[in-house]
Amino acid sequence: MTTLEVLRTGPLALVEDLGRPGLANIGVTDSGAADRRSHRLANRLVANPAELATVEITMGGFAARVHGDGVEIAVTGADAQPAVDGIPFGINGVHRVRPGGVITFGTPRSGVRSYLAVRGGIAVAPVLGSRSHDTLSGLGPPPLRPGDLVDVGPPAGGFPELEQAPVPAIAAGTVTLRVIPGPRDDWLAEPGALVDTDWLTSPRSDRVGVRLTGPPLRLRWPQRQLPSEGAVRGAIQVPPGGQPVILGADHPVTGGYPVVGVLRDADTDAIAQLRPGQPVRLRWGRPRNAPHGPRDW
Amino acid sequence: MAPTAIRDYGDRAVLIECDCTAEVLDLAAVIERARLPEVLDIVPAARTVLVTLAGPAAQQLVRDLLHRIEVTPHAAKAEPGTPEVVIDVTYDGPDLAEVADRLGTGPGQVVEAHTARPWRVGFGGFAPGFAYLIDGDPRLRVPRRDEPRTRVPAGSVGLAGEFSGIYPRESPGGWQLIGRTDAALWDPGRARPALLRPGMWVRFRALPGPR
Repeated sequence: MTTLEVLRTGPLALVEDLGRPGLANIGVTDSGAADRRSHRLANRLVANPAELATVEITMGGFAARVHGDGVEIAVTGADAQPAVDGIPFGINGVHRVRPGGVITFGTPRSGVRSYLAVRGGIAVAPVLGSRSHDTLSGLGPPPLRPGDLVDVGPPAGGFPELEQAPVPAIAAGTVTLRVIPGPRDDWLAEPGALVDTDWLTSPRSDRVGVRLTGPPLRLRWPQRQLPSEGAVRGAIQVPPGGQPVILGADHPVTGGYPVVGVLRDADTDAIAQLRPGQPVRLRWGRPRNAPHGPRDW
Repeated sequence: MAPTAIRDYGDRAVLIECDCTAEVLDLAAVIERARLPEVLDIVPAARTVLVTLAGPAAQQLVRDLLHRIEVTPHAAKAEPGTPEVVIDVTYDGPDLAEVADRLGTGPGQVVEAHTARPWRVGFGGFAPGFAYLIDGDPRLRVPRRDEPRTRVPAGSVGLAGEFSGIYPRESPGGWQLIGRTDAALWDPGRARPALLRPGMWVRFRALPGPR
């Protein structure tokens, strides 16, 4: 059996898996890894099922010692120059750590969140079926702290079959995200302004939402209030101030600001890697006012 | 009756609009029972039902199926014998007097209206364990506060629009607070973490105390 002893956490280190979908009716949001693609790849590299928990490390700085048996690890997402006993091993590949080995992370040059998968998965106690920490409600395992001893689960059947995965580097420059218009795009005085504006990522961005700053969007009916409606990760809300918020993994189950567009599902992981000040362009991923009626058979 | 206004909500959810909360709950109940393929979650709210999907490939199919679904009125009405939850409340909330003023009555009448008939748990959403309660006394309609409070204590009992609700834990909030309760609304260690679950009926009972 393997245990990780947390030595340093950096700004924030959370245990995350694929979250707890299906509990909206009791007010519980999905949560889970902010960059699910990186989480899944890290698990695949060490032959874990996708739903096992990884450590989501925000802006590097994490360090842990391996106790018990040696174990395979993989790091994906932001490249924070991970190393074992001071020797860098590179992201997006599988690496074996001997007992007593110390895994360290530096600071990423681009991107925000790195994922550390350990063969067998991080085996903290699940809450409502998931090992994800939800930063909005506090549900799930608490953020890791120095001194924590974290058990690693028994390895699943398969063996790592991929030494190194080809993954494009995380962009440091302008990121373009594709948006499905609606459901409330008609609440914008000029819906085109959403895709014609050069946005910047606000430093006030987190797992609940990424805030964009730029010339404020104008609402068509500033006094009108929308009754709260269900929300998803990737939904772009426009509060009265006109600065859009793209909802993240820990978004509230419902929201009261109009959602004028929703990121394509394939583009939602990218917001987890946006750094403060990073430029963002939004593009329609579908024409506006596409018919929504039933299909003719 | 089949739903008419179905909007795409991104590429892995659809949003259905309804005329009132009762219709929302009927529709959500029918969708739940239909066990549509690829549905991850059904999120009823005040005037809409959001249906989230496992992936973009399912959106067209589920939209088509939803256009064909038959909504039966009162599909969500609780069966007789539904467990009734009693919540003991001390009606000394900081907004009780203002609520009474707005409604042109006295605090005692507000308490009486809040306790006289049971409320139905409609849907959740604001926080784990928070329940939007509906079907209460229709005279108890007050707007949210103009300035939300930065800190509302756990157990606060409030009113907003057509709803009543109880704050499961301390949080910011804009509802008009009329009382407080010690009931444990949320405990993730319990087999059923939420005390109030959709479809249940809730009765408030006034504890003696300052008014």
